[in-house]
Amino acid sequence: MSVTAQDTGSAGRQIPDRLKSPMQRFLGSWELLLLGVAVAVFILNSFASPYFLDPWNLSDATFNFTEKAMIAFAMALLIISGEIDLSVASIIALASTAMGFAVQMGADTPMLILIGLGVGLACGAFNGALVTGLGLPSIVVTIGTMSLFRGISYIVLGDKAYTGYPSDFAFFGQGYVWWVISFEFLLFALVAIVFAVILHRTNFGRAVYVIGNNPVGALFSGIRVTRVKFALFLLTGLMSGVAAICLTSRLGATRPSIAFGWELEVVTMVVLGGVSILGGSGSIPGVVIAAFVMGMVTFGFGLLNVPGIVMSIFIGLLLIGVIALPRIARRILAKRKA
Amino acid sequence: MILSFLKSREAILAGAILVLVVAIASRFPAFVTPANLANVFNDTAPLIILALGQMVVILTRCIDLSVAANLALTGMVVAMLNTAMPGLPVPLILLLAVSLGALMGLLNGLLVWRLDIPPIVVTLGTMTIYRGIIFVISGGEWINAHEMSDAFKAFPREVVFGLPVLSWIAIVVVLGFVVLIGRTPLGRAFFAVGGNPHAAVYTGINVGQTQCAAYVISGALAGLTGYLWVARYAVAYVDIAGGFELEVVAACVIGGISIAGGVGSVGGALLGALFLGIVKNALPVINISPFWQLAISGSAIIIAVAFNATSSRTKGRVILKKAEHAA
Repeated sequence: MSVTAQDTGSAGRQIPDRLKSPMQRFLGSWELLLLGVAVAVFILNSFASPYFLDPWNLSDATFNFTEKAMIAFAMALLIISGEIDLSVASIIALASTAMGFAVQMGADTPMLILIGLGVGLACGAFNGALVTGLGLPSIVVTIGTMSLFRGISYIVLGDKAYTGYPSDFAFFGQGYVWWVISFEFLLFALVAIVFAVILHRTNFGRAVYVIGNNPVGALFSGIRVTRVKFALFLLTGLMSGVAAICLTSRLGATRPSIAFGWELEVVTMVVLGGVSILGGSGSIPGVVIAAFVMGMVTFGFGLLNVPGIVMSIFIGLLLIGVIALPRIARRILAKRKA
Repeated sequence: MILSFLKSREAILAGAILVLVVAIASRFPAFVTPANLANVFNDTAPLIILALGQMVVILTRCIDLSVAANLALTGMVVAMLNTAMPGLPVPLILLLAVSLGALMGLLNGLLVWRLDIPPIVVTLGTMTIYRGIIFVISGGEWINAHEMSDAFKAFPREVVFGLPVLSWIAIVVVLGFVVLIGRTPLGRAFFAVGGNPHAAVYTGINVGQTQCAAYVISGALAGLTGYLWVARYAVAYVDIAGGFELEVVAACVIGGISIAGGVGSVGGALLGALFLGIVKNALPVINISPFWQLAISGSAIIIAVAFNATSSRTKGRVILKKAEHAA
């Protein structure tokens, strides 16, 4: 954030006369570095605990990140476009509460899915309307809706919990498709592919990058900025709804404190995945690897009986470290050159 | 002069608070007795202190989400010190709490200033780190009332001139901020940095350093509140003041402090905090479940920010009308 007089100088304006080859770009990329971290964590874990390399244990470990990662993909698009949504965990709470309420009214599984997705979409639309319609800063709006959505859950549920979900509803969070591949993991993989295609292979995805880099330029080049942003909020709401269905099905119960604090983990995952918090750059493969890293770290610590809150220190350090280290390295390199 | 005051955000907010209090009083006159109002103020004092610290951070285009974790960590450290050394005098504990809080604020500030990391990322990270450290140093144990010395617990409750010390500290902090914001170069620098960082550089203000100073102030106040909080409730554990950072940001937003930086006032932050405090204290009185509080403060944030945006939109000075038309 510190601005110096040199910022307006020529430092940032040098454009190389040729592009680096794809191979060169890959070797210098954030994703490769992250992949190295993932492999290192994997190897360290398998040395640290004899239980780590068991396929069923590894399969269980995926539950640590699949739900969060599904939101993180949508959040990545949103952050690339220069906005943020801190209300995702609260959308999970509200969607889960709505599903629990519907169960009490006698809804069946397809109905529950519709309600979960519908509430997610409605919450996303509410955020999107406030941000794009009224032109409000998304960070404040979603801090507000974060309290509002979870607040509604608290009003409905108080200190009680909804249980008694139909038995076939359990498939989404507990079912296995093939051997150790859970339904959630399959869904995570499919969602990752869909989001990678949307962001990296469609006009919509290009528009997201353009908006993040230069919203005014995007507007003048004919991109419907507000419409794209609204769609991204809808998408984030929808994915929160999907995560709500999976999580509710996995836990089999709804409390108003469900998924508490997840918004931070989702944002951490996105930033760790190499998405610039200032918008304009990032990739889906990066977020996928980041999801694996965070899941592996949490799982490995869990096997070593490290309490969850100590893991959160690590996540916090990771969040700051991954941004700070490249900056420190760049500064040292720049000094050496000069 | 009077007309412009009546149109100001502070006046509108004060009016809203007045309407709220009158509405409650019409049904429950006991709510507006001086004793109860003093009680409400005392209850809101921590929020007021933290909201003022948060205000200077937000003024410089940053945000401090680590205040509640800072508060909890400082509170735990002083509580543990007190258990280990019951003889430690309260002024020394206060000094320690403020310094420890300021140190944690300094860490935030240095990461933002020296490493250029976006403030929201820095404070999200330090928030989880500070919370985690509480668990590590306390081993997840609670420190209960009987483990704290009497002097330690009594300080914030001591009644001086009819108000508890906690309330007096909040009043002193408010007065201190009136001077800091209105009468010192640093106070002007906060606005300059938030209003236009590039212009601030050319007027000789070090933007990063000013932001760092804001974080140190916010951290020091969080540390101070940490001791007061733990002493007042006579308990320290990992999750004290969990989620309080959002209430603090909410108080600022409701008080008309622009999240985009450069706009805000001490009065606004004070009124924003009081608004939330009154709502919180009034809910049990008017027989609404406390579970409503979260949704109400969420709605208040959204309404306040929507209101601020629409009122500032019409007020903007048009100095480049022709250029805008050409575009």
